[in-house]
Amino acid sequence: MLDSKNLDDMSRSFALTTKLGAIVAWGQRNALWPLPYGTACCGIELMSVMGPKYDLARFGAEVVRFSPRQADLLLVAGTITEKMAPILVRIYEQMLEPKFVLSMGACASSGGFYRAYHVLQGCDRVIPVDVYVPGCPPTPEAVLDGVMTLQKMIKDRVPRPWKENWKSPYLESNPTSQLGNR
Amino acid sequence: MQLNFPEILKNDLVSKFGTQQFNFLTTPVGDHVIESPAVATHALLQYLKEYANFDFLMDVCGADYPTRIKRFDVVYHLFSSQDNSRVRIKAQLSENEAIATVTDIWQGADWFEREAFDMFGLIFKGHPNLRKILTHHQFVGHPLRKDYEADAQQSCDSVLPIHFDNTPEQRGDLLDNRFVPLNVGPSHPAMHGTLRVMAELDGETVVRASCEIGFLHRCFEKMAETHPYNQVIPYTDRLNYCSAPMNNVGYCKTVERLLDVTIPARAQAMRVVLCELSRVIDHVVSIGTGGVDLGALTAFFHLFTYREKVYSLFEKLCGARLTVSMTRVGGMAQDAPEGWFNSVLDFCDEMSDGIDEISKMLLGNKIFIKRTQGVCPVSKADAVAWGYTGPLLRASGMGLDLRKANPYYGYENYDFDIPTGLNGDIYDRYCVRIEEMRQSLRIIRQACKNMPGGDYTIRDKSIVLPEKKDVYGNIEGLMNHFMLVIKGLRPPVGEVYDATEAANGELGFYLVSDGSANPYRLKVRPPCFAIYQSFPTVVKGSMLADAIATVASMNVIAGELDR
Repeated sequence: MLDSKNLDDMSRSFALTTKLGAIVAWGQRNALWPLPYGTACCGIELMSVMGPKYDLARFGAEVVRFSPRQADLLLVAGTITEKMAPILVRIYEQMLEPKFVLSMGACASSGGFYRAYHVLQGCDRVIPVDVYVPGCPPTPEAVLDGVMTLQKMIKDRVPRPWKENWKSPYLESNPTSQLGNR
Repeated sequence: MQLNFPEILKNDLVSKFGTQQFNFLTTPVGDHVIESPAVATHALLQYLKEYANFDFLMDVCGADYPTRIKRFDVVYHLFSSQDNSRVRIKAQLSENEAIATVTDIWQGADWFEREAFDMFGLIFKGHPNLRKILTHHQFVGHPLRKDYEADAQQSCDSVLPIHFDNTPEQRGDLLDNRFVPLNVGPSHPAMHGTLRVMAELDGETVVRASCEIGFLHRCFEKMAETHPYNQVIPYTDRLNYCSAPMNNVGYCKTVERLLDVTIPARAQAMRVVLCELSRVIDHVVSIGTGGVDLGALTAFFHLFTYREKVYSLFEKLCGARLTVSMTRVGGMAQDAPEGWFNSVLDFCDEMSDGIDEISKMLLGNKIFIKRTQGVCPVSKADAVAWGYTGPLLRASGMGLDLRKANPYYGYENYDFDIPTGLNGDIYDRYCVRIEEMRQSLRIIRQACKNMPGGDYTIRDKSIVLPEKKDVYGNIEGLMNHFMLVIKGLRPPVGEVYDATEAANGELGFYLVSDGSANPYRLKVRPPCFAIYQSFPTVVKGSMLADAIATVASMNVIAGELDR
């Protein structure tokens, strides 16, 4: 039988106390499973991020999943066109909670220098984005910085109203949809 | 440069078709043009293919001149592999008028005509699948018409269900319930980025397949029409983003040809080095991701080490890694830093060891051989009919390379070989690519060792901006800078087609200038557009896994496919 003194000693030697939320966030942020949604040039730079020199594995995010059901970080890397938007939304909807979105590059964030008839002016018009990484294409260092920013957001449990209030833009009942009056 | 229309061809055509029909002319920069009435183009093109040896249909495109009575031009670019000559055929078309399709003469006209239909609303009579190709299915209007606003976006809220091309026996949207329909992509574990392949399967055998493209249609051509000449260069970077500098070079070369200027020897050699480095890293991506698609992940990681080294070289040269925008109309943006060419030579030594390792790792690998040898071969005749160029054409056994056929930038002075394959199967394609990397290194070594001195750009003040020290330092520089920025670079009225050998094949630019500061029309002839259209035919009857290997070996880059 353990008396209270023994229990106290034991807890000092190998146990630690924390809050449940904090330890869950610790796990989440160090084991992000990204879905590389590489559509264009940024997809090629994303390969560099994953590649041997920059190695995203150092941040615990090397398990690349092409299935949205197994991923929790959507890396939107590249231009999203009007034709692609419904597919992006569908992929996002299939991801399980908790899920995060990192928009890589100028095109994904705002349409970039393609102010053009077939280009969606930023993927945040259809899905909620947590971190924007600027650049055309961003350097791999910038993407790593974006991932670290996201990890910090998870750690600090930053409220994400853009995510909580998000509704599919293709629902008839969505009054905030920007698709109608673009 | 030949400044008159070839007499033999002209006499031939006159004796066959009479003197009235055609108008023969040669542009000031030496492009041969035949202007033909729309009703006669089919017969003319058939004759040119069968009797005048113009075996390649490189490009079909439209152009819009709203002030004319017949507002559209249909433009065909032919190439003869026999004497490496080119001819352009132009026909005028009014709205709602139709022109006969040439898909019965060249299979490869298929997607090019669909694109002209999508972009301009040109009607090709007899085309089996005259449907939209680049814009989404809810898109109304034809975006490259001059009366369509460049930024008039139209949203899309759905995806087309699985569909196939129409054939005489079968309507494409009717699925056969004996087979399993399968949708692969976009965003699929087995498919590259934005490509969508739809198939009907009998077991694992592909009964019929079809591709939907346009998921990365970023309106390059419309953007080019709304930007000054030099500002188009960053857009060209993003065509084939695996080898961005080659697109810069191709575009600038076209504009320079229209301006009729020759760039200095140093700029030419620098462009050669940039192009060949890009060819190496383009093949690196192609081989690396091709290996990944077959389950060989190691090659990708190994090869990317070398790609990173080239990125570092580019970074040293201009500060950017991927999209370098290093060329300007008239030369280069700046000179190479001290010792840069020596770093390139060091890289060549490392890379040639790397190529040997990769070639042992993949080409000698039993699984790789079994997955690729004899899989989905394309014969030489088929390759020509589809408009294949580049490594894929050479894998099919035809040694056509523009660096040898129409040498530019002194390629005729470099010592290098053109590797060719035998069967046109997937294995041959990778063999050709790996050997081409070796040949590129040979060219780079020669170019770096004999790098000419002198200026890196021409100094024509109506074409090239003065250097910053002159802009800030003296009144003349300031004035020239001001004039060129305000007035813009203005090539003479005219048109030109120019092509370079890019990593995937012939990268052509058809440029029309109306004398203003923006291009009036810029059409890109992307090599993988012609190649990828053959995919449904090539994979018919093969296994699904082989179809995936075929897509990888075609090295389809969405940026240049969809533009």
